[in-house]
Amino acid sequence: MSINSSDTNHSHSHDSHLAHHFKNAEHQFESAKQGIWLFMVTEILMFGGLFVGYSIFHAIYPKMFAEGASHLDWRLGFVNTLVLIFSSYTMAMSIHHLQKNEKSKAVLKLWLTVACGVIFMCIKAYEYSSKFHHGLFPGRYLDVAHVGAEAANLGMYYGFYFCMTGLHGIHVLIGMGLIVWLALRAQKGEFGENYFTPVEGVGIFWHIVDLIWIFLFPLLYLVG
Amino acid sequence: MGNLNNSSEPKHSHHIIPAEIYKKVGIALTVLTLLTVGFHYLFHNVMHGSILAAPVAFLIASIKAALVLLFFMGLKYDSNENRFIFSLSFFFLLVLIFFCSLDIWTRLTIQSTL
Repeated sequence: MSINSSDTNHSHSHDSHLAHHFKNAEHQFESAKQGIWLFMVTEILMFGGLFVGYSIFHAIYPKMFAEGASHLDWRLGFVNTLVLIFSSYTMAMSIHHLQKNEKSKAVLKLWLTVACGVIFMCIKAYEYSSKFHHGLFPGRYLDVAHVGAEAANLGMYYGFYFCMTGLHGIHVLIGMGLIVWLALRAQKGEFGENYFTPVEGVGIFWHIVDLIWIFLFPLLYLVG
Repeated sequence: MGNLNNSSEPKHSHHIIPAEIYKKVGIALTVLTLLTVGFHYLFHNVMHGSILAAPVAFLIASIKAALVLLFFMGLKYDSNENRFIFSLSFFFLLVLIFFCSLDIWTRLTIQSTL
């Protein structure tokens, strides 16, 4: 098959991944990447809807939102921000190493990214459990008298908090699963300078998770 | 290596972004995060509230987001097509904000006693 294809100057690993409806590996890579960017548009719109909802209700009930934010520990959010930034760096570096055919370095960077995800989720779990412990539940599940809240609708703040951080957390978990899959495949030597499309795609997904957290941190923890 | 079909393969898509750039971006993001927290401390603990708190926090967040998009996600080295596709999401987000604001504004006008 590869003898007649236009990419005879590529290695064999290319051909094994090349679907017949693409001109060449480059065409396939570009198409895959474009698909990922289209997916990212839907991600921005999904989280964007929550951000717009937050802004509207924040404008209507500023004091209630300030009270809600005062219960959050910004130091935990701060540590999580640093963890995600570092994980974005290691993810980007894994692609850099693959492009240079440095397999073991790439695998290490991928596992480091997964480790950062684990740290992030552990801190998140600690935060959630302490909120639940203090009776800070979303919506009508929050007992205002029990919590001693000043705002009667404090449950709304925690509705936003749990929806936004929960949805983000689900993304982190999915991303971690995908990166484990990448690390195992990279370990087998399936990726290199000629083929790293899945790593590029998952990388973009992981960075958007970081990108969303960059806005969630000041929104929920600092400004309130 | 043969360069038979180089014309059909734009080099930029497989552009290797130098490790040095990733390192600089990582450091810049960390410094900006420290700056966010620093401003938060200044506005809340020293000045006890300022109208600048939110704009400053989101300005820094936007700069961080731009760094992630341009370098980590590689939009700086990507095709115009992909840049356009992604910018569409922000356009539609603005449409959403516009109509929501319009809705709230008109409701306020209806309920107003003026």
